[in-house]
Amino acid sequence: MNLVFLFYLSSGLFLGWASGANYMGNVFGTAVGTKMLSFTAAAIICSIFITLGAVYGGAGPASTIASLGSINTMAGAFVAVLAAAFAIFMITKTGLPVSSTQAIVGGIIGWNLFVGLPIDTYALFKILGAWIASPLLSAIFAMILMSVVKLFLHRFPLPLLYQDLYVRIALILTGAFGAYSLGANNIGNIVGVFTNVVPFNDIKIFGIISLSSTQQLFLLGGIAISIGVFTYSKKIINTIGRDIMELSPTAAWVVVMSHSLVMFLFASENLHNFLVKYGLPTIPLVPISSSEAVIGAVVGIALLQKGRGLKINSLGKVAIGWITCPFFAAIFSFIAMFFMQNLFGQPVH
Amino acid sequence: MLNAKIVLFQRTKELNAKITEFLNNISEAAIIFHQAIMNYMQAGDNDDFEAKLNNVSALEARNDQLRRTIETKLYEHTLIPESRADVLELMEGLDKIVNMFEARLYQFSIEKIDINENLKTLYEELSESSVNAVEALVRSTRAFFVNISQVNDHIHKVMFFEKQGDMIGTKLKRQIFDNPDIELSRKIQMRMLCDDIDSIANQAEDVADQLSIYTIKRYL
Repeated sequence: MNLVFLFYLSSGLFLGWASGANYMGNVFGTAVGTKMLSFTAAAIICSIFITLGAVYGGAGPASTIASLGSINTMAGAFVAVLAAAFAIFMITKTGLPVSSTQAIVGGIIGWNLFVGLPIDTYALFKILGAWIASPLLSAIFAMILMSVVKLFLHRFPLPLLYQDLYVRIALILTGAFGAYSLGANNIGNIVGVFTNVVPFNDIKIFGIISLSSTQQLFLLGGIAISIGVFTYSKKIINTIGRDIMELSPTAAWVVVMSHSLVMFLFASENLHNFLVKYGLPTIPLVPISSSEAVIGAVVGIALLQKGRGLKINSLGKVAIGWITCPFFAAIFSFIAMFFMQNLFGQPVH
Repeated sequence: MLNAKIVLFQRTKELNAKITEFLNNISEAAIIFHQAIMNYMQAGDNDDFEAKLNNVSALEARNDQLRRTIETKLYEHTLIPESRADVLELMEGLDKIVNMFEARLYQFSIEKIDINENLKTLYEELSESSVNAVEALVRSTRAFFVNISQVNDHIHKVMFFEKQGDMIGTKLKRQIFDNPDIELSRKIQMRMLCDDIDSIANQAEDVADQLSIYTIKRYL
């Protein structure tokens, strides 16, 4: 049973690996692009904190993905995820940042269309709404943060070398926070569809750390992402760190911070519960696109400088990647479901 | 993580200390240079003058070493990536000034230039304005590293002293060439010396111009 499950899960691990490249680009692309952090240091921090976020904070957004399409067979989950992974793999090859969220939603919709089940429009609109809100929110955060930082540095100028040091430390800490939030927010995309069919038992490591079956699943996803971070992310780093706009190290930090805040807002169950407790409007726990959040922040900074230095061509290419990815994943998922059911005789529903 | 942060702080502190020492040495070399000129004008090439020349030589050698260390550290640890090229150019420009102080003093020591009594004050004034331009440049550079908002408070003084140096230099050259008692070869030698001392202020002005651009870049 476990071997069969692991075989099916391999598509999730493939998706994790392909997404890892994007995650690294999004969280540390600006820091590595501005040469404030070395690739290796960034990759180590990114891997550790994404995995921690996935294991300890991934439950909330993953449940939204599960509710979008309750894929109830392993073969169906395998194909939906494989379609998403394939879409990401192809687009990442071109060096464009792409969203695992958009890809998996495309893959699940392909499954829904194939099996003829109605799509949970409430969940779909919740996700689509978050996709529009997140880059806008990120741009607003970036504009506010950049203005505050500039004002602060004008009022209280720091010595050149110490400013460099503080920005470097801030990039590491914020990047770690961003990676944790990203792991928590996006692990649902990677292996979320397997949560209904996961066959693991709860375990205790050294009698201290207990991991539920879902957490073990998320840990495997986190490890796959980490491998992608190390092996497949350099092209994306160039796109995020240099091609869209040349950023100063301070602006790089603002981008990482804005991205991290947005990922946190859409991933934190604690924040969600806090808002519910005091009757405040809540932010849906939805997996959002980390690429959108980063690009939103970069555009926010560019707008603050009246669009100076923004490379519209690169931005246009990124937007095309966002639009084609879910469509491509849905079409591939639909076709692959057909083959899985009719050629390999595996039930996908 | 904490250990890494301590290392980062230590590294920054050390590099900051090296930059401070580099700037202090330029300032010190400027003062000694002016004292050496005064000494030469009063007593010619004596032991005191040679001792001052040796002091400036030692400072020049130390600054070459410091500049190389600072440049290596900046690249090795990828520090201040966006300002690194600017800082390196700035250091090279500043280092050249100390080389010029040393070269001018060697000129006096080797050529044993005989200067007419009535021209000595103008040479002293020329040296003073060049040294003042360098001092103002050092203060601007310190501000660039420590408090960027104060760079412009000092940079305009570099321009002022450079201009003053030009005026003294022109006056000095007129007096040299208007004097029929000085033979042409000595006139040319004294004119060259005048231009060479004045060129220190010109170099300070060139570096100050670069510094203005680097400052604007950091504000963007």
